[in-house]
Amino acid sequence: MQQDPLALLPELFLLGGAVATLLAGSFLPQQRQWVARLVAVAALLGAGIATALTFPGGRSRDFGPPAETVFGAFVLDTPTSVTRLVVVASLLLVIGLGVAELGGQVRESETYALLLLGGLGAVVLAATDDLLVLAVGFLLSSIPLYALVGMSRTAGAAEAALKTYLLGALAGICLLLGVTVLYGVAGTTALPGMRAGLAGAPAAAVAVGTLGVLAGLLFKAGGVPLHFWVPDATQGAGTAAAAFLTTVPKVGALVAVARLVDVLPGTLPWPLLVGLLAAATMTLGNLAALAQTDARRLLGWSTVSQVGYLLMPVAVVGAVSDTGTGAGAVPALLTYLVGYAVTNLTAFAVLAARPDARALGDFRGLARRHPALATALVVGLLSLVGTPPTAVFIGKLTVFTAAWDGGLAWLVVVAAVNTLVSLFYYLRWLVEAFRPGEQPGAPSAPWATGAAVAGTVGVLAVGLGAGAVTALVGG
Amino acid sequence: MLSLIIFLPLAVAALLAVVPVPDRVARWAWAGATAADLALVVWLCAAYESPAGGGLAFEQRVRWIPTVDSSYHVGVDGLSLPLLALTAVVFAACAVYGLREQQRPRALAALFLALQTTCLGLFAAQDLILFFVFFDLSIVGMYAAIGGWGTGRNAGRSALQFFLYTFLGSLALLLGFIGLFLAADPHTFDIPTLIAAAPLADAPVAGGFVLAALLVGLAIKTPTVPFHTWLPPAHTDASAIGSAVLAAVLLKMGTYGFVRIAMPVLPGAWQAAAWVVIAVGVVSALYGALVALAQTDVKRMIAYTSINHMGYVVLAVGAAGLAGSGTAARELAVTGAVTQMVSHGLTTGALFLLAGVLHDRTGSYAMRDHGGLARTGPVFAGLFGVAAFASLGIPAFSGFVAEFQVFAGSAGATAWAAVALPGILITAALFLRAVQLMLVGPPGGRSIGFADVRAVEAVPVVTLLVLSLAIGVAPWPLLDLIAPAAETLVGLVSR
Repeated sequence: MQQDPLALLPELFLLGGAVATLLAGSFLPQQRQWVARLVAVAALLGAGIATALTFPGGRSRDFGPPAETVFGAFVLDTPTSVTRLVVVASLLLVIGLGVAELGGQVRESETYALLLLGGLGAVVLAATDDLLVLAVGFLLSSIPLYALVGMSRTAGAAEAALKTYLLGALAGICLLLGVTVLYGVAGTTALPGMRAGLAGAPAAAVAVGTLGVLAGLLFKAGGVPLHFWVPDATQGAGTAAAAFLTTVPKVGALVAVARLVDVLPGTLPWPLLVGLLAAATMTLGNLAALAQTDARRLLGWSTVSQVGYLLMPVAVVGAVSDTGTGAGAVPALLTYLVGYAVTNLTAFAVLAARPDARALGDFRGLARRHPALATALVVGLLSLVGTPPTAVFIGKLTVFTAAWDGGLAWLVVVAAVNTLVSLFYYLRWLVEAFRPGEQPGAPSAPWATGAAVAGTVGVLAVGLGAGAVTALVGG
Repeated sequence: MLSLIIFLPLAVAALLAVVPVPDRVARWAWAGATAADLALVVWLCAAYESPAGGGLAFEQRVRWIPTVDSSYHVGVDGLSLPLLALTAVVFAACAVYGLREQQRPRALAALFLALQTTCLGLFAAQDLILFFVFFDLSIVGMYAAIGGWGTGRNAGRSALQFFLYTFLGSLALLLGFIGLFLAADPHTFDIPTLIAAAPLADAPVAGGFVLAALLVGLAIKTPTVPFHTWLPPAHTDASAIGSAVLAAVLLKMGTYGFVRIAMPVLPGAWQAAAWVVIAVGVVSALYGALVALAQTDVKRMIAYTSINHMGYVVLAVGAAGLAGSGTAARELAVTGAVTQMVSHGLTTGALFLLAGVLHDRTGSYAMRDHGGLARTGPVFAGLFGVAAFASLGIPAFSGFVAEFQVFAGSAGATAWAAVALPGILITAALFLRAVQLMLVGPPGGRSIGFADVRAVEAVPVVTLLVLSLAIGVAPWPLLDLIAPAAETLVGLVSR
């Protein structure tokens, strides 16, 4: 066991950045709050560089015992490093697309601090292999989330914040209950020891404990049955907050679920149960998105359905590590997470650049007036569908392969049908953007447009440079 | 060199999309790019020599996703080179036809050039993921072409139906590809490696499922009965060049997938399913012809004859899977199938362009609205008549060479192939009826005052028909190109 605090340098950057941003914001006059933004961006860049420098070499196909840990609770392996990179890059994009929206607002610096803390919580969720630290990570990523949702002070935001808070409180209690039960039957809260501890435990107790922890993590990920807050929060919150809450917490929570499922004993058919959750999540998210007319709400439901696809490799994470075949569930999960994060943020960047466009019909004439935004929307939405050669296509390819290889061929068929269904609502939005119409002459948002273009380049780069991405995630 | 051919149109498309050049420049850039690409393809054909041992020529392989052994792997052989040439010819013809285009010509040129890259890339791809990338992107491009430039009132709906239906096919295809990937040991998406390994040879059930996924995916694209329902509305509402490209090139992706992937990679499963494929081919040929006979709309009629013509291709590749019968007959059937793909591309492309001329002048595709066009539009009538006869398979045109080989080969493998023969008769009847309704007799309806075909419309149509005639009169260059690859394929599918 390593005790070197410097191994946690990226996390320290996030924490220190949050504190420094808050302090800087407190002492700066209202018109110079942009300095706080610079502080936050500098902290993120520091965290990114620290992660890149310590990126673990070699291939780690799946969660294995030899991974290095710090303080006995924090795993330094490829999934942790990829999560750090994705969270840092996502936060940079969120801050970039939110410049116009957040700049000059009363709570600008607080928002940046909350974003950094929420990102830190997501990294802790993904990196820990101890359930007690997992509970801390849950709170660390949840509390900033409630505040961010309610930050915009509209009636919709207030309702969404309350809904998120109530559901989050319930999920937190479930998580703590689950941790307690698992500790009781396994005799430890550390995941490596739990593998042996749970093997002889009564199946009912393991089921109750696991479902409790899963409930907490599914709330963070926005998966069925704890997804109800996602569409409301996406619609009600500000665009930057919505972009954050549909991306960053999911990354941390899904890696955490994968770590948990990996150590579950075979006394219950966990791959099947998680597979059913995945099928329910993607199906429900898609069916609900079909009827939406508000672009933000549509994206909110679309992120729910994306969690369904992301749960597919999670379901087979144990199965694959037993046989050692296939492209690997964990690399597939990480590939999809990378692709999903950049794609989803690209779509939200388009929303941020047209803050007054709420309904799908408001996007008429976008192609003529703002061709760059229309291109970003086309690339982003087609990527969410899974059209090659975009980022999510590579994710879907690896995820489908991993799930089939892990024995869940039926789930791959369900996912393929869902992909077809999802085409309906993404296309409805795209068709509006290409219809002739007038875009109100709102002031252009150069930063959000820049974020959209950067995201578009990222989506295509991940898709075309898939070899580099899969090598990075250790496939 | 091959990569230059594939990506030259895309590069010009990107330029046209970004640089706001005047419409006139855009139209000529489009025609120039397709002409340059066609010249390169002609050079490629001239430099091509059938590789010994059934390999690939102009092969190129670049690392792409090494963790799943997927690479940018392209190459040509006797099955793909004719289709590459067909693609270049048809797109060049459409670019010339598009020189009169008034509706957003710059965007249209960029779209069609990008679409050309996806078609060329698909026919050159030697990797399943690369194949899939181009397959899916061609759907997106065609969707934009129908939805954005369609002439029909329901263009949006038809485009959506086209997208959803063929996207379903592409997903089935993807499932099949993943199945092949997992079955191969070591896992790979590389087509030549998969062909050499022939995975799932010992697992008939799993092989059957994977082949079923591939068949559904490719049959939707081809399309065969019962997956053809997207085709008539798509054609009815597409523009002239959209229809021409859709019928002449995009439909070939389905049948090309049979000969490139399904047959050589899953020989055992293909043999087991051969009778199903034959039955689907026969039913498609007959059903397509019968429904075409009942049409009153000339464009829908041509669309249904496509189903009939592609049915012959499916029949021939199915007959090639009857391992018990003579090798020579099955090789003839495969050669006929590839010839038919080229022939159908040339004649149907010409017919759809002519249908576009008709709609441009009179705003209608209904045969009853026209009559006596031979008097008011003699050039149009002549071209339409020649194209109709070429399409119904009259000797001296490519259709005859193709269908003769398809039937001679298939009947040599199984006498049941003769059941599809009435299809030829019905096709002849329906084209003659169309000629009679629209061309001969006293001018009536919208034919009065018909402005005859202009040069930019005549040149592409004549080019396509002359090529069809050339293949019909002197088929040997084409057949010599296809025959070695057909021999290799029959050897592979008989394993």
